[in-house]
Amino acid sequence: MTSPLQQKIKITGPSVVTANRTIDGVVVYRSADQRWATDLAEAAIVRDAPTARALLAEAAADDVGAVGAYIAPVLIAADGTVLPGNLREQIRRDGVSITLPSVR
Amino acid sequence: MYVYDEIDRTLVAERVAEFRDQVQRRLSGELTEEEFKPLRLMNGVYLQLHAYMFRVAIPYGTLSAPQLRKLAEVAQRYDRGYGHFTTRQNIQFNWIKLADLPDALAELAEVGLHAMQTSGNCTRNVTADQWGGVAPGEVEDPRLWAEILRQHTTLHPEFSFLPRKFKIAITASEHDRAAIKIHDIGLRLRRNEQGETGFEVLVGGGLGRSPFIAKTIKPFVAGRDLLSYVEAILRVYNQYGRRDNIYKARIKILVHELGIDKFAAEVENEWRQLAGGPLTLDDETIADIRSRFIYPDYPPLPDAKELLAQASASEPAFATWLANSVAPHKQPGYAIVTLSLKPVGAPPGDATAEQMAAIADLAERYSFSEIRVAHEQNLVLPHVAQRDLPELWHALEAIGVATPNVNLITDIIACPGLDYCSLANARSIPIAQQLTRRFSSAAAQALGQLHLNISGCINACGHHHVGHIGILGVEKNGEEYYQITIGGRADQKAQLGELLGPAVPFDQVADVIEDLVEAYRELRAGPQELFVDTVSRLGVEPFKERVYATRQ
Amino acid sequence: MPLVSNGQIVSDRYRSIADDAELPADGALLLSAARFLASADSLRGHDGPIGVIWPNDRNIAELVPHLDQLATVVLLFPTFRDGRAHSQARLLRERYGFRGELRASGQVLRDQFVFLLRNGFDSFDVKKDSDAEAFAAAASRYSVFYQPAADQAVGALQRRRQLRGPAQGGQP
Repeated sequence: MTSPLQQKIKITGPSVVTANRTIDGVVVYRSADQRWATDLAEAAIVRDAPTARALLAEAAADDVGAVGAYIAPVLIAADGTVLPGNLREQIRRDGVSITLPSVR
Repeated sequence: MYVYDEIDRTLVAERVAEFRDQVQRRLSGELTEEEFKPLRLMNGVYLQLHAYMFRVAIPYGTLSAPQLRKLAEVAQRYDRGYGHFTTRQNIQFNWIKLADLPDALAELAEVGLHAMQTSGNCTRNVTADQWGGVAPGEVEDPRLWAEILRQHTTLHPEFSFLPRKFKIAITASEHDRAAIKIHDIGLRLRRNEQGETGFEVLVGGGLGRSPFIAKTIKPFVAGRDLLSYVEAILRVYNQYGRRDNIYKARIKILVHELGIDKFAAEVENEWRQLAGGPLTLDDETIADIRSRFIYPDYPPLPDAKELLAQASASEPAFATWLANSVAPHKQPGYAIVTLSLKPVGAPPGDATAEQMAAIADLAERYSFSEIRVAHEQNLVLPHVAQRDLPELWHALEAIGVATPNVNLITDIIACPGLDYCSLANARSIPIAQQLTRRFSSAAAQALGQLHLNISGCINACGHHHVGHIGILGVEKNGEEYYQITIGGRADQKAQLGELLGPAVPFDQVADVIEDLVEAYRELRAGPQELFVDTVSRLGVEPFKERVYATRQ
Repeated sequence: MPLVSNGQIVSDRYRSIADDAELPADGALLLSAARFLASADSLRGHDGPIGVIWPNDRNIAELVPHLDQLATVVLLFPTFRDGRAHSQARLLRERYGFRGELRASGQVLRDQFVFLLRNGFDSFDVKKDSDAEAFAAAASRYSVFYQPAADQAVGALQRRRQLRGPAQGGQP
């Protein structure tokens, strides 16, 4: 496995660090106060590569709490709401884009 | 059905205990994720976009009714009330918690189910023709040999850390329903001139980013030598397969780089040392495994032609289903019934816990308690009395698994795609949903056999290369696009599809497929000519012209 | 890195000799493959056991002419996911009849002990202390095996026949 810190860090806009919680795989975001939050609104926002790298390093150090930390883009709406920056991250935040068979 | 004995039960129980210990060590931090990942993968546990995904092995796609009922219970208790049947005849659950996994495994073990080697760089679930043991005219039941291979390769001490995953498939019929030519090892059961049972051995097939059709490495390996020969292949692969690049680590690349003749010579050298040794299967050992397969004691029945004709006349929908989903059985008076898991607008291959439990009940009533999983992501009731078909059809209709689209354009193979998978570039399921809505039952019937396969990325879990029509999701500037190939096939005449042209955006896929199908209707030599045969006769060009003439 | 040999945590008797260092006249010496092959003749008659560290991408058959002068062969797992040394071990034990110490070194973790033992390893440079301490429990985790290997365990296919044999003939 490539360490997350070996990833090339390229940032084109506001970003967050996200991962999956170890115990149940739930999507989590690294908060400014060094916790894993399930709400994107609580994620620490980074805007340049050095800050992103530092946040990723800090997050990845918690190997027990969450798995596979990486940097993901976000969009900041006019009212300040933090939104997923691409389809993949949108699906991670919102769940599958289809109706689950069991709730049909 | 293969029936477990104390050895099988003990091994599964010990494996559950081992995994429980591994999970505990992971949650306590004693194991890092880097150390744990290969261990969880060897027990079928992936981490996907939203959750862990858990893949349970269904050896050669055979399930008992109690096993299917248990899968329903696990879906209900530990997941979100459904499961997804895969192209390797397994089932996967999408929302399981790591902390719950040991308990789920312990429950599965009660009915002899496990998740060993459903992932990881080891020999995966050995798959076989879903009609094994019941197909008319097969050489013999391929599952006997699949079980021998399953046992031999399970927790194999030498081959649990191969360069990459390793998939074996077996067929015993002329018509290959197991897609053996896209496997690392494909085995075709046959008899030689002396009447001995053995195998044509193919090697180096596989899809992914470098797709290859398997090549024959040895035209006949006697049954008694099967294990030593497979061992020789694995030993050559384990030592010489590439480990420097994950995308070049499958055996197909080794075979390609060495050339089939050189590779075959390496295997032959190794095999000469192993042949006649402890892996040789004597008649008694084979008979022992054979004796542990329980076959139905079919009460003799006449063929129910008249009854079925009457039912067909009074219920046209039954007639359509009968023609589409019911196949001849080796035993007079019986039939093989395919249960479509491809209803209109639903994710291909998914079944709810309620459906699974109901199918388990129906299997007990109508199919000697046995169910099969087909690599096309459908289920099969393999031993149904023909006279029960009308009643069974009503029951299947009631639970939504009698869509008469088996082998038709809406019987789509699809991977989970970007809705679930962390590797995917684009969604697969919504495309499948659109297509099942686009082609009405009548329209699909009129097109005849037409396999449409969708993958959400180049790893090709949805077998797009070998679909008569293949759809591959790619990402372009943050948008989902889809490349379309035509002319692929996965059967005994397996070949890779050819690219039609530039990728099209999400919204246009269904229109393009409709254009392709229209082109086929105009171009085909007659209603008997399958789509794939028209492509093979005329090439891609006329289809390409038709599709792109009105676009860009 | 604790060394587990024949089930016990022991201290390593070997001195590792660098490729450019002079060969001591006596004592237990551990050499790289290149150094050993270059010095094999002069090492004949050496007073003390000789061990060699064999890379996992080099043909193990090259060692065959020298096995009689080797007390130990060390096989390498750069990561435990790199399983080439498993095949080397099987070949050494089963095909070439090596009876000396067969040591696994590198990323050797508890979860590989059963596999390693079955392939003929009998000593282990274990990466973590906790794994070395858990050796006995981890090594005996399985009581049944499906396939024969380089250990004494009987594969299930044979085992069933053994179990069935006496049953047919009355009491064992």
